[in-house]
Amino acid sequence: MYAIDYEDLGTPPSESADGVTVEIDGRALTVPEGTSIMRAAALAGVSVPKLCATDTLKAFGSCRLCLVEIEGRKGYPASCTTTVAAGMKIRTQSAKLGELRRGVIDLYVSDHPLECAGCPAEGHCELQDMAAAVGVTESSYAPGGRMHRPLPQDTSNPYFSFDPQLCIVCSRCVRACDETQGTLALTIQGRGFESKVAASEDQPFLESECVSCGACVEACPTGALTEKSVIRLGVAERAVATTCAYCGVGCGFKAEVQGSATQPELVRMVPAREGRANHGHACVKGRFAWGYATHKDRITKPMVRASIRDEWREVSWEEAIAHAAREFKRLQQQYGRNAVGGITSSRCTNEETFLVQKLVRAAFGNNNVDTCARVCHSPTGYGLKNTLGESAGTQAFDSVMKSDLIMIIGANPTEGHPVFASQLKRRLRQGAKLIIADPREIGLVRTPHIEADVHLQLRPGTNVALLNALAHVLVSEGLVKEDYVAARCEGDSFARWKAFVGAERNSPEASEAITGVPPAAVRRAARLYGSAGNSAIYYGLGVTEHSQGTTTVMAIANLAMASGNLGREGVGVNPLRGQNNVQGSCDMGSFPHEFSAYRHVADPATRAQFEHDWQVPLQAEPGLRIPNMFEAALDGTFRGLYVQGEDFVQSDPNTHHVSAAMEAMECVVVQDLFLNETAKYAHVFLPGSSFLEKDGTFTNAERRVSRVRKVMEPLGGYEDWQVTCLLSNALGYPMHYSHPREIMAEIARLTPTFAALTYEKLDRLGSIQWPCTADAPEGTPTMHVHQFVRGKGKFWNTEYVPTSERSTSRFPLILTTGRVLTQYNVGAQTRRTENVVWHAEDVLEIHPHDAEVRGIADGDWVGLTSRAGDTVLRARVTEKIAPGVVYTTFHFPETNANVVTTENSDWATNCPEYKVTAVEVVLVNQKDAWQKRAAVERALPRAPGRRRDRAPA
Amino acid sequence: MNTDLLIKMANEISEFFAGASEPQQAARDVAAHLRRYWEPRMRAQIISYCAERHGAGLTDLARHGVELLQAESAGQGSRA
Repeated sequence: MYAIDYEDLGTPPSESADGVTVEIDGRALTVPEGTSIMRAAALAGVSVPKLCATDTLKAFGSCRLCLVEIEGRKGYPASCTTTVAAGMKIRTQSAKLGELRRGVIDLYVSDHPLECAGCPAEGHCELQDMAAAVGVTESSYAPGGRMHRPLPQDTSNPYFSFDPQLCIVCSRCVRACDETQGTLALTIQGRGFESKVAASEDQPFLESECVSCGACVEACPTGALTEKSVIRLGVAERAVATTCAYCGVGCGFKAEVQGSATQPELVRMVPAREGRANHGHACVKGRFAWGYATHKDRITKPMVRASIRDEWREVSWEEAIAHAAREFKRLQQQYGRNAVGGITSSRCTNEETFLVQKLVRAAFGNNNVDTCARVCHSPTGYGLKNTLGESAGTQAFDSVMKSDLIMIIGANPTEGHPVFASQLKRRLRQGAKLIIADPREIGLVRTPHIEADVHLQLRPGTNVALLNALAHVLVSEGLVKEDYVAARCEGDSFARWKAFVGAERNSPEASEAITGVPPAAVRRAARLYGSAGNSAIYYGLGVTEHSQGTTTVMAIANLAMASGNLGREGVGVNPLRGQNNVQGSCDMGSFPHEFSAYRHVADPATRAQFEHDWQVPLQAEPGLRIPNMFEAALDGTFRGLYVQGEDFVQSDPNTHHVSAAMEAMECVVVQDLFLNETAKYAHVFLPGSSFLEKDGTFTNAERRVSRVRKVMEPLGGYEDWQVTCLLSNALGYPMHYSHPREIMAEIARLTPTFAALTYEKLDRLGSIQWPCTADAPEGTPTMHVHQFVRGKGKFWNTEYVPTSERSTSRFPLILTTGRVLTQYNVGAQTRRTENVVWHAEDVLEIHPHDAEVRGIADGDWVGLTSRAGDTVLRARVTEKIAPGVVYTTFHFPETNANVVTTENSDWATNCPEYKVTAVEVVLVNQKDAWQKRAAVERALPRAPGRRRDRAPA
Repeated sequence: MNTDLLIKMANEISEFFAGASEPQQAARDVAAHLRRYWEPRMRAQIISYCAERHGAGLTDLARHGVELLQAESAGQGSRA
């Protein structure tokens, strides 16, 4: 069932710029050439009956309900598959057409009686609507004929059910899986009366290849495929436009609700057709995994405790805020102004992160503010700023539809950014070439109708050597766009770089010893990239989370500049951001050395602007980064921390080290939805608000600022930005805003790239890609069009420096980490949804050879040990991983892969080196001592009313 | 703070700039990086360590960069 407020025009729009004038039921109108008669009619306000057609899918022409008459032509063509022609005169209504349509509907209802009462789609069923439109109330066929009933329902999927009795075999679900999602998991099995929708090889949905994106459910015109929430609650009454709070794609959504305005109940989330990042598509997380928002684990009352070994005590907001402010003041008085700090969250809104960094700089009076982007994309900010001049990706997602070649480095879009992956696959099915550089055989290497032209299966930690080898081929084989470089880049830096990458040590042949990638594959990839026309690079944390993360980002920018692949659609350097507001939290001045729009705190003019606006003197020195805060905590110079919406005890590397630092602090204030791992070390807990409970904006990976709109009141009583205001006021620095629009007005006033951005404009345009300025009042989809933001593009020599993390006889394997489709980051949200059906625990992927020599079979418990720590998890033996490399995810605290990861980090930004840890794997038969201890801690009293019995030691 | 960690970080910074620039410029780049991104107590600690231990454990370039930073700090101190 489509969104309750969606008007379907029947077929997709035509891209043609040429107009064609036609007459429909006596009304003349001009539409783009290639438009279907059905769509033209809809645009003229004429509704043609239809069942198999929908404007999100290519016309199919199977239901024969949309027949029309065309003057001068014989027969009754289907209006969905027939395009307009100049001068065409079309009739959509006649006695004959009515008779034909009634005949069609009569056949449908002979097998699908209009027994609508109790059907979950009642009132929103297209068959019901069409029957009414053509005047059919019941079947004219004699009873007793063969019917598709009774048939069992497939309720295996936790979020939707399939009732084959309600299915009219229109193929919309199959086409949605093919065209919209690109998984091709569904098919019409059998012929004639035996035709039926089948998942994979006629398996239950849950056991099939279905990725549960829900596109089929939304496309279904009847109640055959229906969300279980709709079956349970009924169809929604109204919708609120908002933005997804999961990954960096930033999908637009309609939150469909029912009930009173003061106590609404969320029925379902429907991706917005007008959402410019997702164009009406969604994934299993965004569409279905929102149950965490009202999960019983939500903490909705503030709590305090004197020591982290004490039990929590529920208190009033006033007492909690006063206690936190009193403690922070005490610590600053006792240990100095710089003894406290704050951490903003990439899961919170722009307005909220802006306020937290403002609180730290203005109320604490120091620059000890950092954000969780420290551990993911901080090298992107540094690398792109120093090469191109702006700390952001260069394109809109739609740009990929003009790419001739797509290179994916260290990213796994089908798992991490699934909605963009669907668009990417659409382009690949149209014929774009694909290069993948990844130690693992990620899904895109081989998937239905897609196979990578080159898979560069490099050793973890060797990205820079590989990129230098690719650049070597560009330089040595004349693939550099010399004119482009001469016009747009620094001549001297280019000359140095050209000589550097041209050196023999950077050739594919010489690099093979480092990367393990055959030289022929490197040369083929470089030739494809350098000569394809429009070549685009997409990258993820497999690039940034290395000791040379920043160097890799610079090497990518070098490659794009040298090949002239920047400044237009179809090309570019595109970081795929992990969390919903990574880009935004960075833009908003969350890093300790810079204000919003990436301006250094030492710059007097910028600082003066903020000092004038905030009416307070500001520090000119950079503050502590997150890992620096831990170090300072351990040496006693950092004692207090305000953490909004971040769980770094689970997400940051070397858990033992982080835990020790947290224990050393005297006042930790955690503001979150749940008592997460970090909250174990907190003294004050302030209830957070979910994305459904507040107003604000998120900025996605393509710099797109989109509105988040409040669907329901905060369970804890306050939106997150209001809590920050309360704390700041208690600290003595007044913050008085009545709505986030006022915070955005301040952001625009102080942030050049947001200068022309307002809530009113967002409401009017839907979303805006920054820079949004007087020169670009409606935003900037493509960056660096005429010149680079820094003026001339700067090449940097990117010497490969091996990580100090080496495999040894004691730790002979290399561990690399990542994520899966159904879980999100530390899992705090998705673990509290039915998504655990697909991924209930982290597992360790290991190559059959490595498994065999260790006596490990699929499903065995294995111990994973590094110099930092050890944990135990189950093994999955697979050839998707190369020999010598093992892989796991970090979604579950019970496993906590970060017990094993080390303190190694990127040279420029201290982004942790999650992707390379030397480990050993051994067969074990019980959990590790750390896990047993953690399990005991998890069983200890947590919050009032949530006590559990102490677990046996 | 952990001095060994600061030494490791400074050395890794120097390894990048050693490959990216000529030696004199590379030392200035190392110093600039430390000035722009390291919190004052970290800078003070590495300067102090470098002076007391003659840069033991630091690469030549990292030591040179820290010395430039120290000279800058001293200059700012004398001007103050």
